[in-house]
Amino acid sequence: MAAKRLVSLTPLATVQGPVGEAASTAIASINSELELWNGIQNIIYGLSLGSVLLLAAIGLAITFGVMGVINMAHGEMVMIGAYTTFVVQQIIRVSAPGLFDYSLLIALPAAFLVSGAIGVVIERGIIRFLYGRPLETLLATWGISLVLQQATRSWFGASNVQVGSPSWMSGSFDVGMLTLTWSRLWIIVFALAVFATLQLVLKKTMLGLRMRAVTQNRRMASSMGIRTPWVDALTFGLGSGIAGIAGVALSQIDNVSPNLGQGYIIDSFMVVVFGGVGNLWGTLVGAMSLGIANKFLEPFAGAVLGKIFVLVLIILFIQKRPRGLFALKGRAIEA
Amino acid sequence: MLTVENASLHYGAAQALRGVSLEVKPKSITCVLGRNGVGKTSMLRAIVGQHPLSSGSISFDGTVLGKKPPYDRARAGIAFVPQGREIFPLLTVRENLATGFAAAKRGNRNVPPEVFELFPVLKTMLGRRGGDLSGGQQQQLAIGRALVTRPRLLVLDEPTEGIQPSIIKDIGRAIRFLRDQTGLAILLVEQYLDFCRELADHVYIMDRGEIVHSGDAASLDKPEVRKFLTV
Repeated sequence: MAAKRLVSLTPLATVQGPVGEAASTAIASINSELELWNGIQNIIYGLSLGSVLLLAAIGLAITFGVMGVINMAHGEMVMIGAYTTFVVQQIIRVSAPGLFDYSLLIALPAAFLVSGAIGVVIERGIIRFLYGRPLETLLATWGISLVLQQATRSWFGASNVQVGSPSWMSGSFDVGMLTLTWSRLWIIVFALAVFATLQLVLKKTMLGLRMRAVTQNRRMASSMGIRTPWVDALTFGLGSGIAGIAGVALSQIDNVSPNLGQGYIIDSFMVVVFGGVGNLWGTLVGAMSLGIANKFLEPFAGAVLGKIFVLVLIILFIQKRPRGLFALKGRAIEA
Repeated sequence: MLTVENASLHYGAAQALRGVSLEVKPKSITCVLGRNGVGKTSMLRAIVGQHPLSSGSISFDGTVLGKKPPYDRARAGIAFVPQGREIFPLLTVRENLATGFAAAKRGNRNVPPEVFELFPVLKTMLGRRGGDLSGGQQQQLAIGRALVTRPRLLVLDEPTEGIQPSIIKDIGRAIRFLRDQTGLAILLVEQYLDFCRELADHVYIMDRGEIVHSGDAASLDKPEVRKFLTV
């Protein structure tokens, strides 16, 4: 609309006299308005990209940030969550087509349980023998990630599977001069909801308290009667389950293929390290600022170069502040 | 109640305990004295399950503890106040206390009132982070946290280390109160002789990984016993 007005005004601006001047000021005001909306659009798209990053990274913030396990199979937990969505939708299509609009709501707990259970099995079966040995953990979990990808490929085929969107996720709406899709908006809301729930679990539940106690002093936590092996397994399961939930959301905006997880693993580690290891708020702020930075750089540098630019910035930032954006401070840390 | 029999413990090739035997009776305070590096802390580590014995045995209430992990021992009724206190630095005082619920029976998941009676300062600091407390306050919190698990044996490793005299007095009063009022057995490792002499019902002295003396608190004044404690 504004663009149309701009086109019709442009020839008039070259006319001498009051008409030309009026046209010029009108063009200037339209341009500044367009710039403003462009900025707003960048911020909203950035928040939406940031929410995707947040969803992918928040489970990792638990397994890597809280437990210190370098889990290269984290992306595959996301992928398993997306495939769980696919399976749930297939079952609904066959047995209860009327429920299709609720398929994502049904897929959420299902994905949490499937990915969480696989996480617990991985922790009990492999990772618990490797605590304190980061290099071996990295190699072992990388192996697990390849196994899970190949297993998915053998079961569901190498090509993308079709995950549908319920009606309330599709379509778009206008705000001012912007057109926003519902899926973009829902993902922002959903990411924040997952974040808030996780904070609540960590701060208000008995499991959360025990998780934090074990992280801060494993030996003492054990002497307080906390069954540390259970807490380890459940913490890893929680991180993996949340990755599964992220997979449900990502199935709506990305191709669901066995490689889905690989695209997110680097970004996830980047967000967690940038935000400050062991700090969920850091993960939130880190994800959002990386998302917005990406979107503002894209118009100037293009998507690929913009990403490279962001990576370089993070490398420089980590040199300066190795503990990330929100390093924990205070007397409590030295104790 | 707690019996250590002929216990030996190694850190790699270094031997920290050489055939230590001792006994802690219910409703009594047992004190272990000795210079630095004679194996006092190692013995406590073995009792609470944080380090395995290489030979010998430890039994609690007649059952051999063997390879039981620390959390099972805590659940069986052994509470530990370690050297350096080891408060969870980022948990609040309230949360630090609540970690003890893990070992308490289901109906007992609360902070027993005597914790705040003995250490009223904790009540005013419930919302503070444990790591932000002073050393003396942390020590009181560490003892309070141990009491939340409703122990039958309280194991304390140098509770007076680096603490001002008035709080040492409070801690001494608390230990005596716990023995007299709740019938707790207390095993106390110390370097501070006067503190032990005042409190102990029975004392052991360790030197180079062995028990070299066993007797009542008055026996600490004999010169042949003193020679183990002077540097």
